[in-house]
Amino acid sequence: MSSTLIPPKSDTNWQKVAAPQAYTDAAPNFFGELVQETFALTRRLFIQLQRRPSTLVAGIIQPIIWLVLFGALFQNAPKGIFGNTTNYGRFLSAGVIVFTAFAGALNAGLPVMFDREFGFLNRLLVAPLASRFSIVLASAIFIISQSLLQAAVIVTVAAFLGAGLPDAVGLGAIALIVFLLALGVTSLSLGLAFALPGHIELIAVIFVTNLPVLFASTALAPLSFMPNWLQIVATLNPLSYAIEPIRYLYLHQDWGLGSVVMHAFWGDVTFGGALLVLLGLALVALLSIQPQLRRTLA
Amino acid sequence: MAPAVLVKNLKKRYGTVEAVKDISFQVEPGEIFGLLGPNGAGKTTTLRALCTLTTPDAGKIEISGISVLDHPKAARQRLGYVAQEVALDKVLTGRELLQLQAALYHLPSQAAKQRIETVLDLLGLQEYADKKTGTYSGGLRKRLDLAAGLLHAPDVLVLDEPTVGLDIESRFVVWDFLRKLREAGTTVVITSHYLEEIDALADRVTIIDRGVVIATGTPSELKDDVGGDRITIRIREFSPIEEAQKAKDLLNSLAFVQEVIINSAQGNSLNLVVTQQNDALISIQQTLNSAGLPIFGIAQSRPSLDDVYLAATGKTLLDAELAAAGSRDPKAEKKQNMR
Repeated sequence: MSSTLIPPKSDTNWQKVAAPQAYTDAAPNFFGELVQETFALTRRLFIQLQRRPSTLVAGIIQPIIWLVLFGALFQNAPKGIFGNTTNYGRFLSAGVIVFTAFAGALNAGLPVMFDREFGFLNRLLVAPLASRFSIVLASAIFIISQSLLQAAVIVTVAAFLGAGLPDAVGLGAIALIVFLLALGVTSLSLGLAFALPGHIELIAVIFVTNLPVLFASTALAPLSFMPNWLQIVATLNPLSYAIEPIRYLYLHQDWGLGSVVMHAFWGDVTFGGALLVLLGLALVALLSIQPQLRRTLA
Repeated sequence: MAPAVLVKNLKKRYGTVEAVKDISFQVEPGEIFGLLGPNGAGKTTTLRALCTLTTPDAGKIEISGISVLDHPKAARQRLGYVAQEVALDKVLTGRELLQLQAALYHLPSQAAKQRIETVLDLLGLQEYADKKTGTYSGGLRKRLDLAAGLLHAPDVLVLDEPTVGLDIESRFVVWDFLRKLREAGTTVVITSHYLEEIDALADRVTIIDRGVVIATGTPSELKDDVGGDRITIRIREFSPIEEAQKAKDLLNSLAFVQEVIINSAQGNSLNLVVTQQNDALISIQQTLNSAGLPIFGIAQSRPSLDDVYLAATGKTLLDAELAAAGSRDPKAEKKQNMR
């Protein structure tokens, strides 16, 4: 300690320091405690974001740059080549919304990994949490909120760039799709954060996953552009099940759960079908990380 | 009244390494209890098992009568843990960290506010409370860590190597603080590889080495059990070995001298273990004088905890530390610390 300990202003504080606390023996209220600790952990993450806003700013600037640059790149493409669109911007918006949500959610595990490495997680683990899963829940709430905010910004900017704007129900559908995708990918990222030995390994996995998954989807180009083998891969890529419904909203005034959004090699995928796939994938992701979480957190 | 901490037949292995083979000890409420041993003895592993950071392979652990394995949540509520390495979030202020801590320990908001003010005052942190912890000096970080550990008024505060890396003045400040805590009624458990720290602070101590307990008792009891006084004689500042050997033979003939060792690392000085005796020094001086041997220096002391350790293990604490340092694997230790 670089400066001497200042004696407490009153000695009653010494008496208070070990005072028996009746409230600690009060009957624990599981739900109330879960909310209290999850709220506090989420608050910590938002304070970090407020004081270190670079990730949020980058997460908003990058998709805007993509919209502008890629839009310009294909500005002179022959009309009709991307389906019945008038500009590539309309086609691209869905890809950028989904890719931004995906990339953000993929990085969800990094703060947790750093907490593991620098011992902050130990501070959380010695505390009498109602459930240690509140640690994971806080991360999920934080990342998903960011994803929804970023999606809102992209939709707004895309509208200004001439891509149009889906109707209110359509916007709600976009929010739901972003939510489901972010939930699933965040779960996987958090599972990796607990399974992998360090941040270098986690960053390597994120790095190797990010762009190939993007290019093996319909984010930037329609299925018709792709060779057969890539079409097959793209129709099996979860991102495509988020991109195609959103794209349908941008390209069609009339839409419904029964609208066909994608022609896969094995059959047609409807709007409702794509939503179900996303829900299923999110649930599978959540369940698949349970063993790892139990091993580390239980 | 249940002991503050009860550890029985604790066992924990990491892969092929058996960090804790069989450790048992008991801490009474309101005392400062020390776990002494060289690095690698199993102190940190024992502490981690105590604080629910790691699940033991076998054994019983209780905090204030509550089983840590059966009711971890209730046990955690009664325990405060201050780790060896302070782990803070750089962008949070001290107050925000304490607010987070309060929520994790489920303090009602009004009580939380009061407790935060109490511990900030106790640790002299009010001036720094609203600054980001990334700006704190090493001493402030440690103080905040102590504040966080005490926030929920635990029955037992557990500190892993509390003064490692601190300068001498700060060590005394920490020691003084821990003594005041004890007087206020909090049980304190510390691990340390510093003899003088355990000697100065601990009411009772358990000495562990390579995963097992080798002695338990108050520091005085342990030293009395080892028995004998220690006398160090330097014939000259640096004595030739023949002269030291001659002195050794002479001194061995004295009835109260139990053992004479020539310490070649210290200029062939002589380390004696003698039965406690009022005129020991005078007898020795007379014996050496009548043989024509000079005395450059002579010192007598009671046995130290190092002698307790030496008697039990055959080597001094320092030797054990050096041996452990050679065989330590920092990567493996980092992995163990990471949950």
